[in-house]
Amino acid sequence: MSWNWTFAGDLISPLLQGLRYTMAATVLGYVLALALGLVWAILRRSSNIVVRQTVRWIVEFIRSTPLLVQLVFFFYALPQTGIQFSAFWTGVIGLGVHYSTYISEVYRAGIENVPRGQWEACTALNLPRSRVWFGVVLPQAIRQVIPTLGNYLIALFKDSPLLLVITVPEMMYVAYTEGGKSGFLEPFTIAAIIFVIVSVLSSVLTRRLEARYATV
Amino acid sequence: MPPSEATPEAPTPEAALPHGDTPGIRFDKVVKRFGSNVVLRELDFTVAPGERVTLIGPSGSGKTTILRLLMTLEKVDGGTIHVGDAPLSHMDRGGKLVPANEKHLHEMRKQVGMVFQQFNLFPNMNVLRNLIEGPVRVLGLPKDEAVERARGLLDMVGLSDKIDAHPSQLSGGQQQRVAIARALAMQPKVLLLDEVTSALDPELVVGVQDLLRDIARESDLTLLCVTHEMHFAKDISDRVLMFDQGQIVEEGPPDQMFESPTEQRTRDFLQAVLAT
Repeated sequence: MSWNWTFAGDLISPLLQGLRYTMAATVLGYVLALALGLVWAILRRSSNIVVRQTVRWIVEFIRSTPLLVQLVFFFYALPQTGIQFSAFWTGVIGLGVHYSTYISEVYRAGIENVPRGQWEACTALNLPRSRVWFGVVLPQAIRQVIPTLGNYLIALFKDSPLLLVITVPEMMYVAYTEGGKSGFLEPFTIAAIIFVIVSVLSSVLTRRLEARYATV
Repeated sequence: MPPSEATPEAPTPEAALPHGDTPGIRFDKVVKRFGSNVVLRELDFTVAPGERVTLIGPSGSGKTTILRLLMTLEKVDGGTIHVGDAPLSHMDRGGKLVPANEKHLHEMRKQVGMVFQQFNLFPNMNVLRNLIEGPVRVLGLPKDEAVERARGLLDMVGLSDKIDAHPSQLSGGQQQRVAIARALAMQPKVLLLDEVTSALDPELVVGVQDLLRDIARESDLTLLCVTHEMHFAKDISDRVLMFDQGQIVEEGPPDQMFESPTEQRTRDFLQAVLAT
């Protein structure tokens, strides 16, 4: 079997079409992961031990089950309980929830690195809880972990092909269905190349962000 | 146009400093433990309104703990602390004192300000934002009023030109001046100074001490100061308390304490400190 340039050329447009879904799912999933991860991280510092422990076990549970299993569960099992989303949104939620557990750990490390004196200065100034978090602690914590957060964006992007199993028409899904027609060599090769290009571009972007905002 | 209007007067230090009713402080049989280590044992002492008191004594004698209790950074394990007429660590519920909730602590903290050894400025904010954050968010001051107050205080601490600088661009001495201004911007009635010059390079110590001396002289703040700088203690205080193992060993006016202490423990301590 040899490489078919005509077939390869015809694939570019549908694969890029698929890439749009990949990118959309990645960005939305990541935003959800950033937000939810923050919720986990803050709740894990709650003064209420029940809240703290519950969140700890939720996070541990999600982190200990494979993303693929979660996606399949959300898409095929959950509808039987009456909860149903489109394939795309199931993918976004699956990626977001799964990665939120990793990202909460990243935040946690950042938060723990904020010197105790900063918290004490907040108490001495009597700042309300919301300002302590959003005005003082998180801006300092997040700066320190921007590189790690960037790595998780790329990791999430590289996990997005898993959405193939729940029929999201992202790039791998397109490559797979197109390959079924005239062979898998070209579509999978081109898809892989596109993945590399986007990953490298994201790393460059992350490094720029890091240089601009990260301390140390 | 008359000249006085063309050049508005800079705020005087007196205007920038807090004035008004200054509550005193009362410790009643206060106990503080860290694990099995008893740091304060049934400590009793009072500070009169507007009085300036320095706490001296060896490390671990409980001096800093006293300031941290007053700032509600620690909780008491026994006894009560009063700031003015109100209990700090407790609140009155139906004639009984119960441990204070966050709301009560929030109210009580408004009267107390603290300057830390490590300055603890917010590195993600410039000097101005460090100074207006509390007045705007906690006291509900309009922003321009808070900015005006900040400018007055920065002028007083001699750092008007650093208003847009970030803490990392300032020397330790400058950071500590900003931290002092930040504490004063909240117009506390009690100011706690926790070894405020210990982290400074020797050549920067004097400037900060001079500033604090001026503040002590020109305000009617109740001042509690923990320091290892005996000259500074002598200058700034009305009364000096010598602590050892969580209790007051000796107290008196600075002249008496530094020149003719009666307790052997005080004499040993002063000798050791002054020898270094």
